[in-house]
Amino acid sequence: MFEDPILNVLPFSVLLLPLGGFIVLALFGDWIKKDKEEQGAAWLACATVIAACALAAITTVRLYGLVGGPEGLRFSQPYLGFEWIAVGSFRVPINLLIDPLASVMMLVVTGIGALIHVYSVGYMAHDEDKVRFFSYLNLFTFFMLLLVMGGSLPLLFIGWEGVGLCSYLLIGFWYRKDSASAAGLKAFVVNRIGDVGLILGMIFIFHAFGSLDLVDIADNAGSLAPEALWQWGPVTLACLLLFLGATGKSAQIPLHVWLPDAMEGPTPVSALIHAATMVTAGVYLVARLGPLFHQSETAMLVVAVTGAVTALMAGTIAIVQTDIKRVLAYSTVSQLGFMFLAAGMGAFGVAVFHLYTHAFFKALLFLGSGSVIHAMSGEQDMRLMGGLRKKIPWTYATFLVGTLSISGIPFFAGFYSKDEILAATLGTGHPILFGIALFTALLTAAYMARLLFLTFFGEFRGGHGHAAASEAEHHVHESPWSMLGPLVVLAAGSVVAGYALFPMAHAGTVHGVRLPDVIQPVFRLAERPLPALPWLPMVATGSALLGILIAWYLYLSMPELRASLARRLRPALRLFGAKYFFDHVYDGFVRHVVVAGSDRLLWKRVDAGWIDGAVNRTGSLTRAFAETLRPVQTGFVRHYVLLVLAGAVAVVYYLLASVERLAP
Amino acid sequence: MDAILFYAAAALAVVSALVVIGQKNPIYSAFALIVTLCSLSVIFALLGSPFIAVLQVIVYAGAIMVLFLFVLMLLNVKSEADAPGRGTRTLGAVAVALVALLVAQAGAVLVRAEPGPAPAFDASTRRMAEILFSPQFLYVFEATSILILAALVGAITLAKKDL
Amino acid sequence: MDHPSFVQHAVLLSLVLFGLGTLGVFLRRNVITVLMSIELMLNGANLAFVAFSRAAGTLDGQVLVFFVMVVAAAEAAVGLAIVIALHRHKDTLDVDAFNVMRG
Repeated sequence: MFEDPILNVLPFSVLLLPLGGFIVLALFGDWIKKDKEEQGAAWLACATVIAACALAAITTVRLYGLVGGPEGLRFSQPYLGFEWIAVGSFRVPINLLIDPLASVMMLVVTGIGALIHVYSVGYMAHDEDKVRFFSYLNLFTFFMLLLVMGGSLPLLFIGWEGVGLCSYLLIGFWYRKDSASAAGLKAFVVNRIGDVGLILGMIFIFHAFGSLDLVDIADNAGSLAPEALWQWGPVTLACLLLFLGATGKSAQIPLHVWLPDAMEGPTPVSALIHAATMVTAGVYLVARLGPLFHQSETAMLVVAVTGAVTALMAGTIAIVQTDIKRVLAYSTVSQLGFMFLAAGMGAFGVAVFHLYTHAFFKALLFLGSGSVIHAMSGEQDMRLMGGLRKKIPWTYATFLVGTLSISGIPFFAGFYSKDEILAATLGTGHPILFGIALFTALLTAAYMARLLFLTFFGEFRGGHGHAAASEAEHHVHESPWSMLGPLVVLAAGSVVAGYALFPMAHAGTVHGVRLPDVIQPVFRLAERPLPALPWLPMVATGSALLGILIAWYLYLSMPELRASLARRLRPALRLFGAKYFFDHVYDGFVRHVVVAGSDRLLWKRVDAGWIDGAVNRTGSLTRAFAETLRPVQTGFVRHYVLLVLAGAVAVVYYLLASVERLAP
Repeated sequence: MDAILFYAAAALAVVSALVVIGQKNPIYSAFALIVTLCSLSVIFALLGSPFIAVLQVIVYAGAIMVLFLFVLMLLNVKSEADAPGRGTRTLGAVAVALVALLVAQAGAVLVRAEPGPAPAFDASTRRMAEILFSPQFLYVFEATSILILAALVGAITLAKKDL
Repeated sequence: MDHPSFVQHAVLLSLVLFGLGTLGVFLRRNVITVLMSIELMLNGANLAFVAFSRAAGTLDGQVLVFFVMVVAAAEAAVGLAIVIALHRHKDTLDVDAFNVMRG
């Protein structure tokens, strides 16, 4: 704990403000709503998160900014004053951990969260249930903050589960719609599967370290015996189990299936939860336990390969999607794959850096798509859009910035983080992964450009679904400023975030340190300098431009080429369109193995047959035995007396024999 | 002198016991039992237990057997029909065999035992009283009176016309 | 009275009486006769007790005989009461007639 008492109180205020917002809205929300604008509840929710953001900024500044002091790891561990669990030597106090990594996450969650709250005021203006919506948003913010600020794995886990819960509540927000509630359930269940891994991993960790405190783990991870490739020791197993949990939460293969369906929720939800914050929890977990993962080569490789493969697969699926939000959903999965790839290469700081930049431009893209959908009166199919560039210029401009950023065009934020990831793969000697990453970057640029072109360029194709063409075109209008404001801010961030510099005081001067370097000490690893490859930025940019060019040709310039290409690549496109048949396989598995097995085997045979049968058979066995003994009771007294006599004779014999041998 | 008395009483006891189990008319069996009891009383006296001998006559022959006779008269019991029921032959055979076995076992042991000299022996009533009212047996003594009470109540209840 | 063989022969006699009583229980069909045979068995046991008491020189055996007699009296009373009740119910005194408790 720091001597400065403020540093002990501030983090808890950051954490508890959104919780307070939730409680107030949950209990008094309907009453607050009854003001003339009916937006009181919404602005209250925004206020809590904005305040939390401000406090988070203050905390960070006080810790690293102009406070002065030596460079290096600095952290604060405020403690709420009581222990949650105290069982023997297993203790879990309610304490937070505020170090560089936590600060970054904290700022992302509250900052982007605040912007999305403001956006939601406009987006959900006409929704009946908005009080419920904002209360859930606040609750989510609380849980996410608990996740990133928690000082020990159990607290992190509470946050983890909590965001899963809120994700379910928010995806299925329009619960009257069957597809929405089904999607919410799917998200929760798939998450849960991953959570098994997380819990088991926690148990392994406790077994190894005797404690679940994050600082303890980080400090002592280096003392564990490192495990070489394909050596399946306890560290490797623990890390793989934890990674399973991360897979579920961050939608990597094989537990990625819930995220595209999660687009059923309102767009701000997609932006906040499924772009900027909740799905990044898996990356945060891996980064937080970086020192542990570093001890197992197998786990690192698994993480990296999973990330790369997921990135590639998601990229291919994104190309054939027609729903604007689905493209972005698969894009998220793909970018998360990049983050895991970086982590697997040992570049945890780079992974978090990409998380940071991705939060900006992905949130921007989602909110922008929300603006588009708002303009299209609810239409989400890109085939029915087109030429919106002139009609919703602000939306278009910010969206363009986001697209350029995600594609990795120089001077935009995404370029810097993606570049470092590519450098990391080469630096650790994984040319294959580099190739996959590079190709995926090309795909990223391609599908994003495709989205841009289909939506904003060309002729307006709308009106088939909802209304006649001209009427639909007439309805297209720009969004209110409550929605456009955050878009502009995020666009600025998508450019600037790459240069993020933390002011650090050292030797009497203040200078800026780049984000990955600020975080690096958290991982307690010797800093491995990334190779200086001057040709790399050019190659990366080249692949991005190539992707954009391809999209240009196919979608704007020569549509006939597209048709013929579509015919030739039919089987591949079918594979992508069916999302690699993951859903089919899972559905078949659940239906035929789990359900049928439970019904025919476990229920009918085991439960009704064996268990009930054992009980019943015991009863009938007893009865049968009794039936055989029944004839002994003849009812005649003399028979009974005879038996008594026979027994008596036997006893007498025994007594006499024990006294003296009976010789004839 | 004592020997003659002893063996005479013993013989009488055996004979009347045979009458008890052999006689068809239960009244005759009852009387034969009385004879057995009295001869046993003589033997008790010869074995140096006057208290028990007298008790035998008063309680057993005097009270219990009278009760038996009462009931026999009350129920107006005639000679029993002597047709043996099914399975009586086997039953009887088995019973006889078992009894013979029992007697043979014990007898074999007994015959080979060598009785030592009988020690001095004071079996007077006073001595009996001292023992019965001593702390060792007092509780049991009083308990038997409760037992008799219970038997009394039970007998009355069971024999009532309407339970 | 000091004849040592009295004791041995008395025990032999008790054995005989006991055996005869047992036979009576099995071979007679009148309930009351069966009860009387049981009394015979009890007397055989009493005789054995007294004889051994004499041989051992203590009075414990005779005390026990005392109690046996008391119990025998109680048993006879209750038993006969049951017989009366049974007779009232079935109007017979045949042992084999009372086999309702079969199975």
